Order: sequence, then C-alpha cells, then structure tokens
Amino acid sequence: MSAGHPEAAHGAHEARHGAHHDPHEAPHGTYESYTRGFVLSVILTAIPFILVMFRPIDSAGYTAAIVLACALIQILVHMIYFLHMSPKAEGGWLLLSTVFTIVLVVIALAGSLWIVYHLNSNMMPSMGEMPNIERPYDE
Amino acid sequence: MTTTAATPVFYLTEEEHHEPGGFTNLGFWIYLMSDCLIFAVLFATYGVLGASLAGGPGPRDLFDLSLVALNTTMLLLSSITYGFAMLAMHRMDQKETIKWLAITGLFGAAFIAIELYEFRHLIHEGAGPWRSGFLSAFFALVGTHGLHVSFGILWLIVSIVQVRAKGLIPANQRRLTCLSLFWHFLDVVWIGVFTFVYLMGVLR
Repeated sequence: MSAGHPEAAHGAHEARHGAHHDPHEAPHGTYESYTRGFVLSVILTAIPFILVMFRPIDSAGYTAAIVLACALIQILVHMIYFLHMSPKAEGGWLLLSTVFTIVLVVIALAGSLWIVYHLNSNMMPSMGEMPNIERPYDE
Repeated sequence: MTTTAATPVFYLTEEEHHEPGGFTNLGFWIYLMSDCLIFAVLFATYGVLGASLAGGPGPRDLFDLSLVALNTTMLLLSSITYGFAMLAMHRMDQKETIKWLAITGLFGAAFIAIELYEFRHLIHEGAGPWRSGFLSAFFALVGTHGLHVSFGILWLIVSIVQVRAKGLIPANQRRLTCLSLFWHFLDVVWIGVFTFVYLMGVLR
C-alpha cells in the first residue's frame, strides 16, 4: 500500500488536469450522464418487454417495428452514455473502426439471411417431401 | 519540399513520443470490434437456423420472458454500478471503486446464475442444443455471451485484487477503463440477444 501512494497521487493529478490534453485520454462520464443513460435504457428495455409480454398492440408487425426501434435507440444510448463514444475520441479512429465494423456486420447478417433464404426457397420442393423435416420460412 | 538534395529521408527520423499505454484504449476497442464480428456471425447463424425446429419445441414454448426481463435487469444494473466504479476511480476513491466493482461482480454473477438456471431447465425439458438447429444456434449465441460475462467477472475479481495491492495507479486505471469498455459492450450485445432471440422469438 505505502508504495502505491505516490503513484496514486500522481494519477490523481493526471486525471484532474486531463494529462496535458493527451488525445488518447479516454473520455469519461459524469454522475448525471450515467444516470441519464441508465434511466433511458430502463425505459427502452421496459417498452419492448411490455409490448411483447402483454401485447397491448394486436398487430405483430407494429409490435416488432417498435421493439426493433427501441433496440436501435438503446444501442445508441449505451454507446453515448456508457461507452462514451464521440466523433473526436482517439482522433476519430474509434468512430472509423466502429463504422467499418458496422458495415461488416450488416454485410454478414443481411448477406447470410438473403442467401440462405433463396437457398431454402430453391431447395425446399424436394426437401419438403422428406418426413420429419420442418420447412423453415414456410409459415 | 523540405528534403535536401543530398540526403533524401524516407523515414521518420524521430519517433513521436507516446505515453506508455497511450494506444491501449483504441487497441482494446479494435479487439471489441473483432468480438462484435464473432457475435454478428452467431446472430447470422441464429437468423438462418432460428426457424428450423425439426419438429421440436419453438421459442414460444420454451422462453419465459419474465425470467429474461429479470436477467436483463441484472445486466443493466451491473452497467450503472460499473459506471459508478469508474466515477469513483476518477475521484481516486479506492474504497468506493472496490465497493462498486464488487457490486458489479455480484450483479454479473446473478445474471450468470439465472442464465444457467434457464439452460438447465431447457435441457431438463429435452430442449438441449442437440434437439434442433434452432436450439443449437440459440445455445451457441447465448452461451458465447454468457462465457464472455463469466470471463468479465473473472477479470473483475483480478482487478479488485490489483487495485487492493497497488492502489489506483495509472496502469490499474487503464485496466479498469478497458474492462469498463468490455462490460458495457457485453450489455450492448445483450440488447441484440433479448430483442432478436427472446422478444422476436415469442412474437413470431
């Protein structure tokens, strides 16, 4: 413990003065920003669960749309209030790597679903004759 | 044109000065993005296999949404308590930091306990990963997330020991910042899991 103190004090100094505007200094939130993020995520989690558990809206399509919208907004809320993302963080490289990843994720997800959907609709006539095999996407 | 005619220089003669660990945050973020791709592939697998029930039980028969809501609450609470730990760390309040880290770990452990209970229940009902394509994809996706949270808890315990031993030195602050990114990232992945797997599954 005693050995840690001088270094800890040095750390406090660095933290308070933003370490000479070091561009790599991670941004951090405040009590207010964390609380705001938390309250927003609680609301954005509660809405989809209530919609699906109690079905106040009969239409499955509308319910699904609202659930998806809530998820997207909540991901943004987490990125801003909990992960402290901003266009300026890490000299813009953080945002760039994230946008690149999102592009890859969209290609992987949309591409897989698209290709397999077509594969299924092309293969199904013969597969459908086999017993004990349920046909996906055939509802 | 600053190069002289005699000695053209094609390399940096003086390396830029970096603080130790100056790029740790960005590097860790890029690791998280690669992790994000793992989850994207698992989500895609679930999207492809999610309707292949092989005559077995479907999401509507299996999922207990109130349990999932409880689970989600645990993870959300652990996110805000980790936030409080980070705030205490920036205030250089070692005791508070350790306290909030420990509380975060407890919420994380509750999450894992509920998830294991759910898995055990499913397997007990004969809905194990071997039952159908849907269940294989479900266990792969949710299990991978659970493994990540478990390792996050292990990292939390190690961090508490480190902070206790050395105090909130810059190296420990850097580690806690990385773990904070990791922990909040897992919460973001869980948003995808409860939306696409549980809610959409029951809705379908």
